[in-house]
Amino acid sequence: MSAANLPAASDDVMIRITDLHKHYAKLHALKGVSLTVKRGEVLFVIGPSGCGKSTLLRCINLLEEPAAGTVAVGEDVIHFGPGHRMPSGGVLAKYRTQIGMVFQQFDLFPHMTAIQNVMEGPVTVKGIRRKQAFTLARELLKKVGLSEKENNYPRNLSGGQAQRVAIARALAMQPRVMLFDEVTSALDPELVGEVLGVMFQLAEEGTTMVVVTHEMAFASEVADRIVFMDAGQIVEEGTADDVLLQPRNPRLQSFLARFHHNMGTAPS
Amino acid sequence: MDAIFGANICWLLSRGLHLLNDLAGGHGTYQADFCVVVKHFDALLRGAGITLLYAFGTIVGGLVLGVLCGTAMLSRHKFLTLPFNAYVQFFRCTPLLVQIVWFYYALPMLLGYSLPAWMASGLGLTLYMGAFCAEIFRGGIQSIDRGQWQAARALGMTYLQLMRRVILPQAMRRMIPPFTNQSVLQLKNTSLLYVVAGHDLMYYAAQLTSQTFRPFEFYTTVAMMYFVMLYPATKFAKRLEARVDI
Ligand SMILES: Nc1ncnc2c1ncn2[C@@H]1O[C@H](COP(=O)(O)OP(=O)(O)OP(=O)(O)O)[C@@H](O)[C@H]1O
Ligand SMILES: [Mg+2]
Repeated sequence: MSAANLPAASDDVMIRITDLHKHYAKLHALKGVSLTVKRGEVLFVIGPSGCGKSTLLRCINLLEEPAAGTVAVGEDVIHFGPGHRMPSGGVLAKYRTQIGMVFQQFDLFPHMTAIQNVMEGPVTVKGIRRKQAFTLARELLKKVGLSEKENNYPRNLSGGQAQRVAIARALAMQPRVMLFDEVTSALDPELVGEVLGVMFQLAEEGTTMVVVTHEMAFASEVADRIVFMDAGQIVEEGTADDVLLQPRNPRLQSFLARFHHNMGTAPS
Repeated sequence: MDAIFGANICWLLSRGLHLLNDLAGGHGTYQADFCVVVKHFDALLRGAGITLLYAFGTIVGGLVLGVLCGTAMLSRHKFLTLPFNAYVQFFRCTPLLVQIVWFYYALPMLLGYSLPAWMASGLGLTLYMGAFCAEIFRGGIQSIDRGQWQAARALGMTYLQLMRRVILPQAMRRMIPPFTNQSVLQLKNTSLLYVVAGHDLMYYAAQLTSQTFRPFEFYTTVAMMYFVMLYPATKFAKRLEARVDI
């Protein structure tokens, strides 16, 4: 990025998270996470199971209420901590429209066809006219390669197809940021590629993305930057090559070693 | 009722019963005579009308009450859920018969004036149905996968939007079978009106029996009349279920 060594102008930063804390009862799931994602940047988050990756994503779009810290997306800055309450429903809903999120289990609406799923956000949330939303939804389904499946109900889609519809559904809100939480983990191995293909295309188009994944090969190919989380903290971050090939933190080293061992591959 | 038609039915019924008695090798000496039922059939029909009216009224009333209470029970605020929970548990765990009798005989002691039978029993039936509907509604909403809520929220839907567009359409499909079950029970339960002399089908049967000393004929007929009302209703519910199945 050309402006990389200039001080980040505020409109160059899409997400800024500062000293974020989250508790589940006694469990301290996020222990002061700070993170900045620039416009158009593709950030990957990796780390062992239970380290807080999903929690971090869910705090970014406030599906979870952080205990303390600041979450900022675009111009919206929301503080948490003593004296700061969760914004009201309307404000929260408005805030979330600028963030698209895709989940591990797709979570398509089962009573709606593929195209109705994609139209739902624009029509219900943004109040766009159905005809216009229909055109937009068609375009998006074409983009994720599912033009022929627009009238299928989710139960008649394969996992890979369902996940691509879910991506189209999130894109239909024309969000400024896309969050992906292990979106290929529930898929049969032969279906992973078609979903990663769509994500690759989005990254190429300059979409700002935060991606939680265990697909290390994909991360090394697509990531502008990778952060490694462990036990609710970011312990290392850098470019894909730095993090994956020259890990400094011992916990990251053992994570990657275990990973390559499990996958039967060695770091290239 | 047309006299010849009535006489024919009456003859047919009697023959049928004799035949049954013979087939079963019974030694009953009782001579059934359904002519008396035919003669008083309009009274029974009137009773059936009242029964249907009560069932319909208290089902609708209970449904409205149930949706309101169920919604309150879904709230995060203890001070809202607690009283509604108490109501639901109380009415689910006491016999309807006791409730109706209580509203008719006990409540007047508190109020200082008595409720007419139709109101006491209507109140009991509605509150009873309401308690079950609240539980059905709450359970239906809560049965929807967490992923659906978060996907709808992530799209930026407000609570009302996600309820209307995502949760309720799915939950309603799951509520239909328990709701129809409860409605069938409710129609049967209206027969309890009889204990406070509400003029339902069962009440007329009892009255006519004591006038004519023909319990066999009247109670057999009444059982069949309940069956004729409910069997098509259960069939209809099955069809409805199959249609909304996703
Ligand atoms: N709703 C919840 N209630 C209680 N504890 C939770 C909840 N959600 C997550 N946790 C706990 O918080 C910690 C972080 O969970 P999180 O789901 O963020 O991990 P993760 O890094 O996404 O793991 P995975 O790779 O398995 O998805 C875990 O110990 C988890 O058990
Ligand atoms: Mg996770």
